[in-house]
Amino acid sequence: MSLWLQQIGRQTLHRLATLGRSALFLAGGALFIPRLIFSRLFIQQLFSTGVLSLLIIIVSGLFIGMVLGLQGYTILVDYGSEQAIGQMIALTLVRELGPVVTALLFAGRAGSALTAEIGLMKATEQLSSLEMMGVDPLRQVIAPRLIAGFLALPLLAMIFSIVGIWGGKMVGVDWLGVYEGAFWSNMQSAVDFSDDVLNGVIKSIVFGVVCTWIAVFQGYDCVPTSEGISASTTRTVVYSSLAVLGLDFVLTAVMFGEF
Amino acid sequence: MVQASSQNFVEIRDMSFSRGDRAIFDNVTLRIPRGRITTIMGPSGTGKTTLLRLIGGQLRPDSGHILVDGHDVPKLKRSQLYDLRKRMGMLFQSGALFSDLTVFENVAFPLRVHTELPESMIRDLVLMKLSAVGLRGARDLMPSELSGGMARRAALARSIIMDPDMIMYDEPFTGQDPIAMAVIVQLVRLLNDAMGLTSVLVSHDIQESLSITDHLVIIADGKVMGEGSPVELRDHGSDFVQQFLQGLPDGPVPFHYPAGDYTEDLIGGGGR
Repeated sequence: MSLWLQQIGRQTLHRLATLGRSALFLAGGALFIPRLIFSRLFIQQLFSTGVLSLLIIIVSGLFIGMVLGLQGYTILVDYGSEQAIGQMIALTLVRELGPVVTALLFAGRAGSALTAEIGLMKATEQLSSLEMMGVDPLRQVIAPRLIAGFLALPLLAMIFSIVGIWGGKMVGVDWLGVYEGAFWSNMQSAVDFSDDVLNGVIKSIVFGVVCTWIAVFQGYDCVPTSEGISASTTRTVVYSSLAVLGLDFVLTAVMFGEF
Repeated sequence: MVQASSQNFVEIRDMSFSRGDRAIFDNVTLRIPRGRITTIMGPSGTGKTTLLRLIGGQLRPDSGHILVDGHDVPKLKRSQLYDLRKRMGMLFQSGALFSDLTVFENVAFPLRVHTELPESMIRDLVLMKLSAVGLRGARDLMPSELSGGMARRAALARSIIMDPDMIMYDEPFTGQDPIAMAVIVQLVRLLNDAMGLTSVLVSHDIQESLSITDHLVIIADGKVMGEGSPVELRDHGSDFVQQFLQGLPDGPVPFHYPAGDYTEDLIGGGGR
Protein backbone atom coordinates (compact mmCIF):
# COMPACT_ATOMS: atom_id res chain seq x y z
CA MET A 1 0.00 0.00 0.00
CA SER A 2 2.71 2.46 1.01
CA LEU A 3 4.73 1.45 -2.04
CA TRP A 4 1.73 2.17 -4.18
CA LEU A 5 1.30 5.59 -2.58
CA GLN A 6 4.98 6.28 -3.08
CA GLN A 7 4.61 5.44 -6.73
CA ILE A 8 1.69 7.85 -7.14
CA GLY A 9 3.59 10.58 -5.32
CA ARG A 10 6.69 10.10 -7.45
CA GLN A 11 4.70 10.10 -10.68
CA THR A 12 2.83 13.25 -9.66
CA LEU A 13 6.03 15.06 -8.73
CA HIS A 14 7.65 13.96 -11.97
CA ARG A 15 4.73 15.24 -14.02
CA LEU A 16 4.61 18.52 -12.13
CA ALA A 17 8.34 18.99 -12.69
CA THR A 18 7.89 18.34 -16.42
CA LEU A 19 5.02 20.81 -16.55
CA GLY A 20 7.18 23.43 -14.79
CA ARG A 21 10.07 22.77 -17.17
CA SER A 22 7.79 23.10 -20.17
CA ALA A 23 6.42 26.43 -18.87
CA LEU A 24 9.95 27.79 -18.39
CA PHE A 25 10.82 26.48 -21.83
CA LEU A 26 7.86 28.25 -23.44
CA ALA A 27 8.69 31.49 -21.65
CA GLY A 28 12.37 31.21 -22.62
CA GLY A 29 11.52 30.57 -26.27
CA ALA A 30 8.83 33.26 -26.39
CA LEU A 31 11.33 35.88 -25.19
CA PHE A 32 13.16 35.60 -28.50
CA ILE A 33 10.05 35.79 -30.66
CA PRO A 34 9.94 39.61 -31.09
CA ARG A 35 13.47 39.58 -32.52
CA LEU A 36 12.62 36.89 -35.03
CA ILE A 37 9.59 38.31 -36.82
CA PHE A 38 10.29 38.26 -40.55
CA SER A 39 13.73 36.70 -40.09
CA ARG A 40 14.83 34.01 -42.53
CA LEU A 41 14.59 31.36 -39.81
CA PHE A 42 10.95 32.21 -39.16
CA ILE A 43 10.01 32.26 -42.86
CA GLN A 44 11.64 28.86 -43.35
CA GLN A 45 9.67 27.40 -40.46
CA LEU A 46 6.43 29.00 -41.59
CA PHE A 47 7.02 27.27 -44.91
CA SER A 48 7.62 23.84 -43.43
CA THR A 49 4.86 23.93 -40.82
CA GLY A 50 2.32 26.00 -42.74
CA VAL A 51 2.78 25.74 -46.48
CA LEU A 52 3.66 22.05 -46.44
CA SER A 53 0.50 21.33 -44.39
CA LEU A 54 -1.70 23.06 -46.99
CA LEU A 55 -2.42 19.96 -49.05
CA ILE A 56 -3.80 17.86 -46.20
CA ILE A 57 -5.79 20.84 -44.87
CA ILE A 58 -7.34 21.72 -48.23
CA VAL A 59 -8.24 18.14 -49.12
CA SER A 60 -9.69 17.42 -45.66
CA GLY A 61 -11.57 20.73 -45.62
CA LEU A 62 -13.07 20.01 -49.02
CA PHE A 63 -14.30 16.55 -48.07
CA ILE A 64 -15.62 17.60 -44.68
CA GLY A 65 -17.53 20.47 -46.32
CA MET A 66 -18.94 18.08 -48.91
CA VAL A 67 -20.06 15.60 -46.27
CA LEU A 68 -21.66 18.40 -44.25
CA GLY A 69 -23.56 19.51 -47.36
CA LEU A 70 -24.76 15.98 -48.05
CA GLN A 71 -25.78 15.14 -44.49
CA GLY A 72 -27.31 18.57 -43.91
CA TYR A 73 -29.37 18.30 -47.05
CA THR A 74 -30.75 14.82 -46.28
CA ILE A 75 -31.86 15.94 -42.81
CA LEU A 76 -33.14 19.42 -43.69
CA VAL A 77 -34.98 18.39 -46.86
CA ASP A 78 -37.49 16.44 -44.71
CA TYR A 79 -38.55 19.73 -43.14
CA GLY A 80 -38.45 21.61 -46.40
CA SER A 81 -35.72 23.89 -45.10
CA GLU A 82 -32.78 22.76 -47.20
CA GLN A 83 -31.89 26.40 -47.94
CA ALA A 84 -30.56 26.52 -44.38
CA ILE A 85 -27.61 24.27 -45.21
CA GLY A 86 -25.54 27.34 -46.05
CA GLN A 87 -25.86 28.61 -42.51
CA MET A 88 -25.44 25.12 -41.03
CA ILE A 89 -22.22 24.42 -42.95
CA ALA A 90 -20.74 27.82 -42.24
CA LEU A 91 -21.52 27.80 -38.51
CA THR A 92 -20.28 24.24 -38.01
CA LEU A 93 -17.05 24.94 -39.82
CA VAL A 94 -16.28 28.38 -38.49
CA ARG A 95 -17.15 27.63 -34.86
CA GLU A 96 -16.04 24.03 -34.43
CA LEU A 97 -14.74 21.87 -37.23
CA GLY A 98 -12.40 24.45 -38.74
CA PRO A 99 -10.29 25.05 -35.62
CA VAL A 100 -10.62 21.54 -34.15
CA VAL A 101 -10.02 19.37 -37.21
CA THR A 102 -7.24 21.66 -38.42
CA ALA A 103 -5.56 21.40 -35.02
CA LEU A 104 -5.85 17.59 -35.03
CA LEU A 105 -4.42 17.39 -38.54
CA PHE A 106 -1.72 19.92 -37.63
CA ALA A 107 -0.68 17.82 -34.63
CA GLY A 108 -0.40 14.75 -36.83
CA ARG A 109 1.30 16.40 -39.79
CA ALA A 110 3.39 19.30 -38.48
CA GLY A 111 3.54 18.56 -34.73
CA SER A 112 4.97 15.09 -35.11
CA ALA A 113 7.49 16.38 -37.65
CA LEU A 114 8.58 19.14 -35.25
CA THR A 115 9.08 16.68 -32.40
CA ALA A 116 11.01 14.20 -34.51
CA GLU A 117 13.18 16.91 -36.06
CA ILE A 118 14.14 18.52 -32.75
CA GLY A 119 14.55 15.11 -31.09
CA LEU A 120 16.96 14.03 -33.83
CA MET A 121 18.84 17.31 -33.53
CA LYS A 122 19.24 16.51 -29.85
CA ALA A 123 20.27 12.90 -30.48
CA THR A 124 22.88 13.92 -33.05
CA GLU A 125 24.27 16.56 -30.64
CA GLN A 126 23.30 19.44 -32.94
CA LEU A 127 21.61 21.25 -30.05
CA SER A 128 24.67 20.75 -27.86
CA SER A 129 26.97 21.96 -30.59
CA LEU A 130 24.86 25.13 -30.95
CA GLU A 131 25.25 25.74 -27.23
CA MET A 132 28.99 25.20 -27.46
CA MET A 133 29.20 27.67 -30.34
CA GLY A 134 27.68 30.25 -28.04
CA VAL A 135 24.31 30.15 -29.81
CA ASP A 136 21.24 29.62 -27.66
CA PRO A 137 19.16 26.77 -29.17
CA LEU A 138 16.05 28.44 -27.77
CA ARG A 139 16.73 31.38 -30.07
CA GLN A 140 18.01 29.53 -33.10
CA VAL A 141 15.85 26.40 -33.14
CA ILE A 142 12.93 26.73 -30.74
CA ALA A 143 11.65 30.31 -31.05
CA PRO A 144 11.29 30.29 -34.88
CA ARG A 145 9.32 27.04 -34.69
CA LEU A 146 7.09 28.35 -31.92
CA ILE A 147 6.15 31.56 -33.71
CA ALA A 148 5.68 29.72 -37.02
CA GLY A 149 3.30 27.23 -35.38
CA PHE A 150 1.42 29.95 -33.50
CA LEU A 151 0.77 31.75 -36.79
CA ALA A 152 0.33 28.81 -39.14
CA LEU A 153 -2.54 27.10 -37.33
CA PRO A 154 -5.01 30.02 -37.34
CA LEU A 155 -4.24 30.66 -41.00
CA LEU A 156 -4.70 26.99 -41.87
CA ALA A 157 -7.97 26.89 -39.91
CA MET A 158 -9.29 29.83 -41.94
CA ILE A 159 -8.32 28.14 -45.19
CA PHE A 160 -9.95 24.93 -43.96
CA SER A 161 -13.25 26.72 -43.27
CA ILE A 162 -13.24 28.55 -46.58
CA VAL A 163 -12.52 25.42 -48.59
CA GLY A 164 -15.12 23.51 -46.53
CA ILE A 165 -17.82 26.08 -47.30
CA TRP A 166 -16.91 25.84 -50.96
CA GLY A 167 -17.16 22.03 -50.80
CA GLY A 168 -20.55 22.27 -49.10
CA LYS A 169 -21.76 24.67 -51.75
CA MET A 170 -20.60 22.31 -54.48
CA VAL A 171 -22.67 19.47 -53.08
CA GLY A 172 -25.65 21.47 -51.85
CA VAL A 173 -26.06 24.00 -54.65
CA ASP A 174 -24.36 22.57 -57.72
CA TRP A 175 -25.24 18.95 -57.19
CA LEU A 176 -28.42 18.76 -55.09
CA GLY A 177 -29.97 21.92 -56.46
CA VAL A 178 -30.45 24.16 -53.41
CA TYR A 179 -31.18 27.73 -54.53
CA GLU A 180 -27.84 29.58 -54.51
CA GLY A 181 -29.24 32.95 -53.43
CA ALA A 182 -30.82 31.38 -50.35
CA PHE A 183 -27.65 29.43 -49.60
CA TRP A 184 -25.46 32.54 -49.42
CA SER A 185 -28.00 34.97 -47.92
CA ASN A 186 -28.91 32.54 -45.12
CA MET A 187 -25.25 32.12 -44.39
CA GLN A 188 -24.64 35.86 -44.42
CA SER A 189 -27.48 36.64 -42.06
CA ALA A 190 -26.73 33.79 -39.63
CA VAL A 191 -22.98 34.10 -39.24
CA ASP A 192 -21.96 36.91 -36.93
CA PHE A 193 -18.46 38.25 -37.27
CA SER A 194 -17.51 38.66 -33.63
CA ASP A 195 -19.63 35.82 -32.18
CA ASP A 196 -18.73 33.17 -34.72
CA VAL A 197 -15.75 34.09 -36.89
CA LEU A 198 -13.73 35.83 -34.21
CA ASN A 199 -14.43 33.14 -31.61
CA GLY A 200 -13.34 30.52 -34.12
CA VAL A 201 -10.12 32.42 -34.74
CA ILE A 202 -9.50 32.72 -31.00
CA LYS A 203 -9.98 28.97 -30.66
CA SER A 204 -7.49 28.27 -33.44
CA ILE A 205 -4.96 30.64 -31.88
CA VAL A 206 -5.26 28.79 -28.55
CA PHE A 207 -4.91 25.43 -30.31
CA GLY A 208 -1.93 26.75 -32.28
CA VAL A 209 -0.11 27.75 -29.11
CA VAL A 210 -0.91 24.49 -27.31
CA CYS A 211 -0.11 22.13 -30.20
CA THR A 212 3.16 23.86 -31.10
CA TRP A 213 4.20 24.12 -27.48
CA ILE A 214 3.59 20.41 -26.91
CA ALA A 215 5.35 19.38 -30.13
CA VAL A 216 8.44 21.53 -29.66
CA PHE A 217 8.80 20.74 -25.97
CA GLN A 218 8.42 16.99 -26.52
CA GLY A 219 11.25 17.15 -29.05
CA TYR A 220 13.48 19.27 -26.83
CA ASP A 221 12.84 17.18 -23.72
CA CYS A 222 12.98 13.74 -25.35
CA VAL A 223 15.37 10.97 -24.38
CA PRO A 224 17.89 11.21 -27.23
CA THR A 225 17.62 7.63 -28.45
CA SER A 226 15.53 6.09 -31.21
CA GLU A 227 13.00 4.74 -28.66
CA GLY A 228 12.92 8.10 -26.89
CA ILE A 229 12.20 10.02 -30.08
CA SER A 230 9.49 7.61 -31.15
CA ALA A 231 7.84 7.79 -27.71
CA SER A 232 7.98 11.59 -27.77
CA THR A 233 6.48 11.76 -31.25
CA THR A 234 3.60 9.55 -30.14
CA ARG A 235 3.12 11.68 -27.03
CA THR A 236 2.97 14.82 -29.16
CA VAL A 237 0.07 13.49 -31.21
CA VAL A 238 -1.78 12.00 -28.21
CA TYR A 239 -1.35 14.98 -25.88
CA SER A 240 -2.14 17.51 -28.61
CA SER A 241 -5.31 15.69 -29.67
CA LEU A 242 -6.55 15.35 -26.09
CA ALA A 243 -5.65 18.94 -25.27
CA VAL A 244 -7.43 20.24 -28.36
CA LEU A 245 -10.63 18.27 -27.71
CA GLY A 246 -10.66 19.10 -24.00
CA LEU A 247 -9.91 22.77 -24.53
CA ASP A 248 -12.50 22.96 -27.29
CA PHE A 249 -15.20 22.00 -24.81
CA VAL A 250 -14.00 24.58 -22.30
CA LEU A 251 -13.73 27.33 -24.91
CA THR A 252 -17.11 26.48 -26.41
CA ALA A 253 -18.69 26.57 -22.97
CA VAL A 254 -17.18 29.99 -22.30
CA MET A 255 -17.96 31.44 -25.74
CA PHE A 256 -21.34 29.97 -26.59
CA GLY A 257 -22.67 28.53 -23.32
CA GLU A 258 -25.61 30.36 -21.79
CA PHE A 259 -25.06 30.24 -18.06
CA MET B 1 37.74 35.14 -6.01
CA VAL B 2 39.71 32.09 -6.99
CA GLN B 3 43.03 32.89 -8.63
CA ALA B 4 44.05 30.91 -11.66
CA SER B 5 47.59 30.27 -12.71
CA SER B 6 48.37 31.81 -16.11
CA GLN B 7 50.16 28.65 -17.20
CA ASN B 8 46.96 26.68 -17.16
CA PHE B 9 44.08 27.43 -19.46
CA VAL B 10 41.71 25.24 -17.45
CA GLU B 11 41.94 24.42 -13.78
CA ILE B 12 39.50 22.16 -12.01
CA ARG B 13 39.60 22.27 -8.23
CA ASP B 14 37.86 19.93 -5.77
CA MET B 15 35.06 19.39 -8.23
CA SER B 16 32.31 16.87 -7.51
CA PHE B 17 29.50 15.92 -9.82
CA SER B 18 26.85 13.24 -9.54
CA ARG B 19 23.95 11.95 -11.58
CA GLY B 20 21.15 10.89 -9.28
CA ASP B 21 22.78 8.81 -6.57
CA ARG B 22 25.80 7.93 -8.68
CA ALA B 23 28.92 10.03 -8.10
CA ILE B 24 30.68 10.65 -11.42
CA PHE B 25 33.46 12.87 -10.03
CA ASP B 26 34.54 12.98 -6.43
CA ASN B 27 36.72 15.96 -5.47
CA VAL B 28 38.62 15.99 -8.73
CA THR B 29 41.49 18.43 -9.18
CA LEU B 30 43.28 18.66 -12.52
CA ARG B 31 44.84 21.22 -14.83
CA ILE B 32 45.02 21.71 -18.55
CA PRO B 33 48.16 23.61 -19.53
CA ARG B 34 47.91 26.52 -21.97
CA GLY B 35 49.10 25.96 -25.52
CA ARG B 36 49.53 22.20 -25.12
CA ILE B 37 47.62 19.08 -26.03
CA THR B 38 46.09 17.43 -22.99
CA THR B 39 44.56 14.00 -23.29
CA ILE B 40 42.01 12.76 -20.80
CA MET B 41 41.83 8.99 -20.74
CA GLY B 42 39.92 6.45 -18.78
CA PRO B 43 37.71 3.39 -19.13
CA SER B 44 34.35 3.80 -20.88
CA GLY B 45 31.66 5.28 -18.68
CA THR B 46 34.03 7.17 -16.36
CA GLY B 47 32.60 10.51 -17.41
CA LYS B 48 35.24 11.79 -19.81
CA THR B 49 32.64 13.38 -22.07
CA THR B 50 30.85 14.65 -18.95
CA LEU B 51 34.08 16.40 -18.00
CA LEU B 52 34.13 18.24 -21.33
CA ARG B 53 30.50 19.27 -20.80
CA LEU B 54 31.39 20.54 -17.33
CA ILE B 55 34.24 22.60 -18.76
CA GLY B 56 31.91 23.96 -21.45
CA GLY B 57 29.31 24.86 -18.83
CA GLN B 58 26.62 22.57 -20.26
CA LEU B 59 26.51 20.82 -16.89
CA ARG B 60 27.00 22.30 -13.45
CA PRO B 61 29.10 20.57 -10.82
CA ASP B 62 27.66 19.91 -7.36
CA SER B 63 30.64 21.65 -5.80
CA GLY B 64 34.12 22.94 -6.60
CA HIS B 65 35.58 25.30 -9.18
CA ILE B 66 36.08 24.99 -12.92
CA LEU B 67 38.28 27.86 -14.08
CA VAL B 68 38.56 28.49 -17.79
CA ASP B 69 41.06 31.25 -18.49
CA GLY B 70 40.35 32.63 -15.02
CA HIS B 71 36.54 32.52 -15.29
CA ASP B 72 34.74 30.24 -12.84
CA VAL B 73 32.38 28.58 -15.31
CA PRO B 74 29.62 27.40 -12.90
CA LYS B 75 29.28 30.93 -11.51
CA LEU B 76 28.98 32.72 -14.85
CA LYS B 77 25.71 34.30 -15.93
CA ARG B 78 24.09 32.87 -19.03
CA SER B 79 25.28 35.71 -21.29
CA GLN B 80 28.83 35.57 -19.91
CA LEU B 81 28.89 31.82 -20.43
CA TYR B 82 27.78 32.21 -24.05
CA ASP B 83 30.51 34.81 -24.57
CA LEU B 84 33.13 32.50 -23.08
CA ARG B 85 31.95 29.66 -25.33
CA LYS B 86 32.78 31.74 -28.40
CA ARG B 87 36.40 31.25 -27.35
CA MET B 88 36.03 27.48 -27.06
CA GLY B 89 35.60 25.06 -29.91
CA MET B 90 34.22 21.59 -29.45
CA LEU B 91 34.36 18.68 -31.80
CA PHE B 92 31.59 16.22 -31.00
CA GLN B 93 31.97 12.51 -31.50
CA SER B 94 29.37 12.47 -34.26
CA GLY B 95 30.58 15.74 -35.76
CA ALA B 96 27.13 17.23 -35.06
CA LEU B 97 27.00 19.01 -38.41
CA PHE B 98 23.66 20.66 -39.18
CA SER B 99 22.05 18.18 -41.52
CA ASP B 100 20.07 20.79 -43.45
CA LEU B 101 23.11 22.92 -44.39
CA THR B 102 25.95 22.30 -46.83
CA VAL B 103 29.51 21.88 -45.59
CA PHE B 104 30.23 25.50 -46.52
CA GLU B 105 27.18 26.81 -44.67
CA ASN B 106 27.96 24.64 -41.66
CA VAL B 107 31.42 26.13 -41.37
CA ALA B 108 30.11 29.65 -42.06
CA PHE B 109 27.35 29.28 -39.44
CA PRO B 110 29.19 30.67 -36.37
CA LEU B 111 30.42 33.65 -38.44
CA ARG B 112 26.95 34.42 -39.68
CA VAL B 113 25.47 34.26 -36.18
CA HIS B 114 28.19 36.07 -34.27
CA THR B 115 29.61 38.58 -36.74
CA GLU B 116 28.48 41.12 -39.31
CA LEU B 117 31.26 40.31 -41.75
CA PRO B 118 30.65 40.90 -45.47
CA GLU B 119 29.90 37.83 -47.58
CA SER B 120 33.23 37.97 -49.43
CA MET B 121 35.18 37.83 -46.18
CA ILE B 122 33.05 34.98 -44.82
CA ARG B 123 33.75 33.10 -48.03
CA ASP B 124 37.50 33.59 -47.72
CA LEU B 125 37.59 32.59 -44.06
CA VAL B 126 35.49 29.48 -44.63
CA LEU B 127 37.60 28.39 -47.59
CA MET B 128 40.80 28.89 -45.56
CA LYS B 129 39.53 26.69 -42.75
CA LEU B 130 38.15 24.10 -45.15
CA SER B 131 41.49 24.05 -46.93
CA ALA B 132 43.25 23.50 -43.60
CA VAL B 133 41.25 20.29 -43.10
CA GLY B 134 41.53 19.33 -46.76
CA LEU B 135 37.85 19.75 -47.65
CA ARG B 136 37.86 22.88 -49.81
CA GLY B 137 36.58 20.78 -52.72
CA ALA B 138 33.75 19.32 -50.63
CA ARG B 139 32.21 22.67 -49.77
CA ASP B 140 28.94 22.07 -51.63
CA LEU B 141 28.28 18.60 -50.28
CA MET B 142 25.58 17.91 -47.71
CA PRO B 143 26.62 16.23 -44.43
CA SER B 144 24.80 13.04 -45.47
CA GLU B 145 27.18 12.77 -48.44
CA LEU B 146 30.32 12.78 -46.28
CA SER B 147 32.16 9.80 -44.86
CA GLY B 148 32.58 9.65 -41.08
CA GLY B 149 36.13 10.98 -41.26
CA MET B 150 35.18 13.81 -43.60
CA ALA B 151 32.24 14.78 -41.38
CA ARG B 152 34.57 15.05 -38.43
CA ARG B 153 37.03 17.16 -40.41
CA ALA B 154 34.22 19.45 -41.58
CA ALA B 155 33.07 19.77 -37.97
CA LEU B 156 36.65 20.54 -37.01
CA ALA B 157 36.76 23.36 -39.57
CA ARG B 158 33.54 24.71 -38.05
CA SER B 159 34.89 24.57 -34.52
CA ILE B 160 37.99 26.60 -35.44
CA ILE B 161 36.23 29.19 -37.62
CA MET B 162 35.96 31.69 -34.75
CA ASP B 163 39.67 31.23 -33.96
CA PRO B 164 39.04 29.89 -30.45
CA ASP B 165 41.63 29.79 -27.68
CA MET B 166 40.78 26.23 -26.78
CA ILE B 167 39.35 23.27 -28.59
CA MET B 168 37.89 20.14 -27.04
CA TYR B 169 37.79 16.89 -28.96
CA ASP B 170 35.32 14.24 -27.86
CA GLU B 171 36.63 10.82 -28.92
CA PRO B 172 37.94 12.08 -32.27
CA PHE B 173 39.50 8.77 -33.30
CA THR B 174 36.61 6.43 -32.53
CA GLY B 175 35.28 4.48 -35.50
CA GLN B 176 37.76 5.86 -38.01
CA ASP B 177 39.71 3.85 -40.56
CA PRO B 178 43.51 4.03 -40.21
CA ILE B 179 43.94 6.70 -42.89
CA ALA B 180 41.18 8.96 -41.55
CA MET B 181 42.58 8.43 -38.06
CA ALA B 182 46.10 9.44 -39.15
CA VAL B 183 44.69 12.55 -40.83
CA ILE B 184 42.86 13.61 -37.68
CA VAL B 185 45.86 12.86 -35.44
CA GLN B 186 48.00 15.07 -37.64
CA LEU B 187 45.37 17.82 -37.79
CA VAL B 188 45.06 17.96 -34.01
CA ARG B 189 48.80 18.50 -33.66
CA LEU B 190 49.11 20.93 -36.57
CA LEU B 191 46.18 23.08 -35.53
CA ASN B 192 47.37 23.20 -31.95
CA ASP B 193 50.80 24.46 -32.97
CA ALA B 194 49.78 26.69 -35.86
CA MET B 195 46.92 28.46 -34.08
CA GLY B 196 48.47 28.49 -30.61
CA LEU B 197 45.47 26.59 -29.27
CA THR B 198 44.99 24.75 -26.06
CA SER B 199 43.69 21.31 -27.00
CA VAL B 200 41.81 18.87 -24.81
CA LEU B 201 41.36 15.39 -26.14
CA VAL B 202 39.09 12.75 -24.69
CA SER B 203 40.04 9.37 -26.00
CA HIS B 204 40.82 5.78 -25.22
CA ASP B 205 42.92 5.15 -28.29
CA ILE B 206 46.20 4.95 -26.41
CA GLN B 207 48.71 4.75 -29.25
CA GLU B 208 47.22 7.62 -31.29
CA SER B 209 46.78 9.84 -28.26
CA LEU B 210 50.23 9.19 -26.80
CA SER B 211 51.84 10.03 -30.13
CA ILE B 212 50.66 13.64 -30.02
CA THR B 213 49.87 14.47 -26.43
CA ASP B 214 51.95 16.71 -24.16
CA HIS B 215 50.01 16.13 -20.98
CA LEU B 216 48.07 13.06 -19.96
CA VAL B 217 45.33 12.73 -17.34
CA ILE B 218 43.93 9.31 -16.46
CA ILE B 219 40.62 9.23 -14.65
CA ALA B 220 38.64 6.29 -13.27
CA ASP B 221 36.04 5.82 -10.55
CA GLY B 222 35.53 9.56 -10.29
CA LYS B 223 39.15 10.28 -9.41
CA VAL B 224 42.34 11.30 -11.16
CA MET B 225 44.49 8.18 -11.18
CA GLY B 226 47.52 9.75 -12.80
CA GLU B 227 48.55 13.04 -14.37
CA GLY B 228 51.75 14.07 -16.17
CA SER B 229 53.66 13.74 -19.41
CA PRO B 230 53.39 10.42 -21.28
CA VAL B 231 56.95 9.57 -20.18
CA GLU B 232 56.16 10.26 -16.53
CA LEU B 233 53.05 8.11 -16.69
CA ARG B 234 54.84 5.23 -18.37
CA ASP B 235 56.89 4.87 -15.17
CA HIS B 236 53.91 5.56 -12.90
CA GLY B 237 53.69 3.37 -9.81
CA SER B 238 49.93 2.81 -9.91
CA ASP B 239 48.79 -0.66 -11.02
CA PHE B 240 45.71 0.83 -12.56
CA VAL B 241 47.69 3.25 -14.75
CA GLN B 242 49.90 0.41 -15.89
CA GLN B 243 46.93 -1.84 -16.64
CA PHE B 244 45.26 0.92 -18.60
CA LEU B 245 48.26 2.08 -20.61
CA GLN B 246 49.31 -1.46 -21.46
CA GLY B 247 45.77 -2.59 -22.12
CA LEU B 248 45.91 -5.66 -19.84
CA PRO B 249 42.63 -7.60 -19.61
CA ASP B 250 42.83 -8.24 -15.85
CA GLY B 251 44.23 -6.22 -12.96
CA PRO B 252 42.81 -3.63 -10.59
CA VAL B 253 39.94 -3.40 -13.07
CA PRO B 254 38.74 -7.02 -12.87
CA PHE B 255 37.77 -9.09 -15.86
CA HIS B 256 34.62 -10.27 -14.07
CA TYR B 257 31.61 -8.13 -13.35
CA PRO B 258 31.00 -8.43 -9.57
CA ALA B 259 29.12 -11.67 -8.88
CA GLY B 260 28.50 -14.17 -6.07
CA ASP B 261 30.49 -17.33 -5.48
CA TYR B 262 30.92 -19.29 -8.71
CA THR B 263 30.61 -22.82 -7.22
CA GLU B 264 27.53 -21.90 -5.26
CA ASP B 265 26.01 -20.34 -8.33
CA LEU B 266 26.46 -23.53 -10.37
CA ILE B 267 25.57 -26.08 -7.71
CA GLY B 268 22.95 -24.06 -5.91
CA GLY B 269 20.65 -24.23 -8.94
CA GLY B 270 17.43 -22.38 -8.30
CA GLY B 271 16.13 -19.66 -10.59
CA ARG B 272 18.23 -17.47 -12.84
